[in-house]
Amino acid sequence: MKKLLFLPALVIFCIFAQSACALSDAYKNNIYNPGELKPVDSVLKVKTGQTAPSFKLKAVSGKMISLQDYRGKKNVVISFVPAAWTPVCSDQWPGYNIIKDIFDSNDAVLLGITVDNIPTLYSWTNQMGKLWFEVLSDFWPHGAVAKKFGVLRSDGVAERALFIIDKKGVIRYIDVHNINQRPPLETLVRELEKLKIR
Amino acid sequence: MKRTIFCLAVMIITLFMAMTIVVAEINPPQVGGVFPEIDLLKPNNSVDLKYLGLSGSGSFKVSQVKTEVVIIEIFSMYCPYCQGEAPNVNKLYASIENNPAFKNKIKIIGIGINNSLFETDIFKKKYKVEFPLIPDGDFKLHKIMGEVRTPYFIVVKLKGGKTEVIYSRLGALGDINVFLGQIAKLSGLQ
Repeated sequence: MKKLLFLPALVIFCIFAQSACALSDAYKNNIYNPGELKPVDSVLKVKTGQTAPSFKLKAVSGKMISLQDYRGKKNVVISFVPAAWTPVCSDQWPGYNIIKDIFDSNDAVLLGITVDNIPTLYSWTNQMGKLWFEVLSDFWPHGAVAKKFGVLRSDGVAERALFIIDKKGVIRYIDVHNINQRPPLETLVRELEKLKIR
Repeated sequence: MKRTIFCLAVMIITLFMAMTIVVAEINPPQVGGVFPEIDLLKPNNSVDLKYLGLSGSGSFKVSQVKTEVVIIEIFSMYCPYCQGEAPNVNKLYASIENNPAFKNKIKIIGIGINNSLFETDIFKKKYKVEFPLIPDGDFKLHKIMGEVRTPYFIVVKLKGGKTEVIYSRLGALGDINVFLGQIAKLSGLQ
């Protein structure tokens, strides 16, 4: 009987466990909710002060983007997100899309990276409006770049992680964020602004 | 046997209570109903405070806004549709402010779901929004308002400290003149 009494509590828990994410009606019912995930499920392989690992990935725009291309020219913000068509991720980049002026004023570019393939990224990012930044596919070899940084989770998706890399190619800021939450924008902006006073 | 019946009763009551709470929470404010008595953060600038007819700091309730009708936009800085709708809502604001029949009788506020003040301020600046945008950083207000998708518009009629929801709908407003005419009619302003 005690087991039976546990059932209502379980039902209640299940109902409330569904969190409200990917709020925009732009996605309608196309967001797959994996539920609450382990906040972080990888071990970083880089740290601030180190030179960022080099990489070259294909972007949705069709370009091949190399981190090296920005050396001496632009600060780079890399935004790893776990996967297309999932909560939080779908509500993260559209916010970055309206603050190009903040990136510009800090002489920075944004590179969005997921482990999805290009067609999936194309369809997904189309729902966000026209993005000003490059979206890169770390699909094959699967998650190789995420792995280099130490942000590839055990289930094959990337962490929700932000890296700020300065013009010398040095990592100045790392936030491997709780995968279930969006990183606060003010923190990213504050860290970007710190580059000006270095 | 008595114990079994008692346990079953506890189960049924618990389930019933849970369902009641869930139904109450998942439904957005319904037309004809009362708008929830939620605490909104007072704007931190004098222009927005004056627009709402408020002063000081702390929180306020929709029923305290000095007007007859409040249009509430549930939005997020991160929502592409809300970004796309921003110019249209600005047009709505201008139409109200430029019409003596509506100015001071209809006010607009935005509630930024899961947005910090920093984020609502970015949205305000980016789209040159002239009405107050209130942050709901921890989804607290969003949960009370049925966890609606965004943008979502609720229109509340105020009378004698009481509230009545006269419009509650998901999605873009469409033609603002049609919307404004509808609101004027529903609220009795025209």
